[in-house]
Amino acid sequence: MQHHQANKRNIPGFGLSLGLTLSYVSLVVLIPMVSIVIQSANLGWLGFWKTVIDPRVMASYRVSFLCSLAAAAINCFFGVMLAWVLVRYRFPGRRIMDGLIELPFALPTAVTGIALTALYSDKGWLGGPLAQWGLKVAYTPAGIVMALTFITLPFIVRTVQPVLEQLDPVYEDAGRLLGASGGRIFRSIILPEITPALLTGFGLAFARGLGEYGSVVFIAGNMPYKTEIAPLMIFSKLQQFNYGEATAVALVMLGASFLIMLAINTIQARAAGYVKE
Amino acid sequence: MKKILALSLGLAAFIGVALAGSLQAAELEITNVSYDPTRELYDSYNKAFQKYWKGAKGQEVTIVQSHGGSGKQARAVIEGNEADVVTLALAYDITEIEKAGLIKPGWQKEFPSNSSPYTSTIVFLVRKGNPKALKDWGDLAKDGVGIITPNPKTSGGARWNYLAALAWADKQYKGDQKAVKDFITKVFKNVLVLDTGARGSTNTFVQNGQGDVLLAWENEAYLAIKEKPGEYEIITPSLSILAEPPVAIVDEVVAKRGTQELATEYLKYLYSDDGQRIAGKNYYRPSNPEIAKEFANVFDLKVNLVNIDDPLFGGWDKVQAEHFNDGGVFDQIYTPPAK
Repeated sequence: MQHHQANKRNIPGFGLSLGLTLSYVSLVVLIPMVSIVIQSANLGWLGFWKTVIDPRVMASYRVSFLCSLAAAAINCFFGVMLAWVLVRYRFPGRRIMDGLIELPFALPTAVTGIALTALYSDKGWLGGPLAQWGLKVAYTPAGIVMALTFITLPFIVRTVQPVLEQLDPVYEDAGRLLGASGGRIFRSIILPEITPALLTGFGLAFARGLGEYGSVVFIAGNMPYKTEIAPLMIFSKLQQFNYGEATAVALVMLGASFLIMLAINTIQARAAGYVKE
Repeated sequence: MKKILALSLGLAAFIGVALAGSLQAAELEITNVSYDPTRELYDSYNKAFQKYWKGAKGQEVTIVQSHGGSGKQARAVIEGNEADVVTLALAYDITEIEKAGLIKPGWQKEFPSNSSPYTSTIVFLVRKGNPKALKDWGDLAKDGVGIITPNPKTSGGARWNYLAALAWADKQYKGDQKAVKDFITKVFKNVLVLDTGARGSTNTFVQNGQGDVLLAWENEAYLAIKEKPGEYEIITPSLSILAEPPVAIVDEVVAKRGTQELATEYLKYLYSDDGQRIAGKNYYRPSNPEIAKEFANVFDLKVNLVNIDDPLFGGWDKVQAEHFNDGGVFDQIYTPPAK
């Protein structure tokens, strides 16, 4: 009886909230996922296997995964730097800069793609000078990484920022007094603190990059085997009214992303545990 | 509990009102689901039709206009986007809607000229002065020519581009299949960017300055010239394809919404002199030859045009299976890079 009361006090409306959560998750996530599995099941095992190991599909996976990985990695570096600057320094325009971070989310992705392509094509403002150095951005994998870096920046900044805000500068001062170099302080004090958040941000950015379609198709050039992303393969199969194969490609992407996210979450949980000890 | 009850009652009432509102509005409303490049055409056509209907029947009509990639639009209709009429890029896409049971077979005989009130063709848009001297399809296979075209797998318009090149090559090489395939392969090796849709390609060529030639619908090419006069030229090749973007009534939807008469009149009016002229003004070739003659100074009416039902192609189903489906001739152009 007492247990029941305690339960009631701590979690008001436990039954109701759990029921609602479960139906919500089923409706919004689970049922659509299951429908993907069912759609691709129409192909049969052989058809499924043939679809997903097709060299062109494999090439598109490679482009998607490598470019998302590169973009997430780049953002790990610059995102942390940005978060650091926003948290630790006071300068005019800081609030505006802070507000700008979310902009990549608010912009329709097609607009992002068209704007970046115009900027980075070899006739564009930034792409022109770069092209003279022999560096082509738009219509190459570099363009895809560029677009994904733009789209996924907020994830890293917004996950790392609150952690940095909580971090007491006292520890850094202590390190400095003990004669540690700036690099040492970052490695031994700051990095362990922000690692769990950074990993979460990295995972979010990576997953978002995998699924990104709208902006990438404008800047990628979409050449088979070179700059064709997996979501485009899915779209092109849908365009042929080939629902089974499209969902098969999607399913492999889903499975792979799930495994990667699971791995990241496991590492992240370890890292979080390490900090608490 | 009471709160929840009140909330759900409120919600139900709200949904009810919204539903009733939409039902009322639906009385004289039709939805036209179309593809991308017809935006400007239907903008002016819808206004003209509304005026015509007001004059003839004294009623106000609302026309909901939707644009997107042709295949995507067809899928949306199949999946329940209630279109009274579809005006798409390819008969193939409308046939897919027919297969889903929403349109009765034989729709392509319902209106004149294969149910295509206007036609178009594929032309070359080149930069001013035509620096690479591209005159005909053969020039596109030369080394160092940069071509911009959308991807035939994702864009209805791009399939016409591909077929136009194919038709020319078939005539040029007198049906030698290997030579034809080599030619098509060479042309597509010269393609720099494969955008997913026609508008994307126009953007790549016009705004981002990529490539020497854009393979485009005649109407898209004229729009680009209108937007930036003096920067481009249109080259009409010796032979091209007769692109017939068809129209159809979605029988299931009009039966349900009771819009049969309105939808029929809406499509019929496209064939009136007025409708035909609107098509011509928007750079679509009117299917009525008399009206087409009025636009002789715009269109090269002498170009040799091949129809999709020509024995060379044998209709959309055959072409789609042979060339554009996965593993088809188009896919064979792109082989994995040598390791």
